[in-house]
Amino acid sequence: MKYITFFLILFLFWLLLTFELSVANIITGAVASLITILFFGKYFVNDVKKFFHPHRYFWLIVYTFVFLWECLKANFDVAYRVIHPAMPIKPGIVKVKLNLKTGIGRTILAASITMTPGTITVDIIEDFIYIHWIYVHSTDPEVYSKKISGRFENYLKRIFE
Amino acid sequence: MNSIIGVILLFIGLLFNLFGCIGLIRFPDVYNRLQAGTKCVTLGTSSMLLGMLFFFGFSEAGIKAVITIPLLFLSASVAAHALIRGSYIFGVKIGDQPIKDDYKEQVETDEKNEVK
Repeated sequence: MKYITFFLILFLFWLLLTFELSVANIITGAVASLITILFFGKYFVNDVKKFFHPHRYFWLIVYTFVFLWECLKANFDVAYRVIHPAMPIKPGIVKVKLNLKTGIGRTILAASITMTPGTITVDIIEDFIYIHWIYVHSTDPEVYSKKISGRFENYLKRIFE
Repeated sequence: MNSIIGVILLFIGLLFNLFGCIGLIRFPDVYNRLQAGTKCVTLGTSSMLLGMLFFFGFSEAGIKAVITIPLLFLSASVAAHALIRGSYIFGVKIGDQPIKDDYKEQVETDEKNEVK
């Protein structure tokens, strides 16, 4: 079940990427997808039933827009620091507690954090995520947890858990 | 109309790419340079690719450009993650006076465990 779902996703991706419906192309795609699931199938998400819940896709769309908005703000923030003559930066690494359990949820959270306001994920160790912050607004754990991961975690919980 | 939106998106993309490159030169160390290098450049390039969709419509080139965007987002964030972790373990300092550094103790305990 897990392998079939993974195969279908990869195959669809191949078809979109090559955008051609000839027999040779379909066979190449199928063989490439098979080789990929042979090697990497075991790393795929365990609970594939989640792929068939429509409300998860609804939240995924909502999350996409939330993420794009945050991403846009992040870019203006970093661009402002780049072109400001005095370069107002105050770098540091902070430690935030994770509330997500699944591997894929954590991966997407880490990638989202890397793409938003002056933050880059450095490492995940057990239940904590370490984040490099270009401008440390406050040193209070509650405030910065909310500021960095709070706005994404609620959506990601609905999508992946 | 579509090509006007395409040109505007291309322009925004170019502008952000420019900011990213200026940041790469102006910022003082690896970490801050990565901030400029990942965020501005990724959004700039995505915006350009989205502009391609408006130019070509839902044809071969347009759809290919759009599905490149998630690939770019994932690969850029993974690359930034790997680079920043690598440079921390290599021993690059975070600015002159870091405000807060929670990762330090973790790395130090890891090193001690390795020595044992």
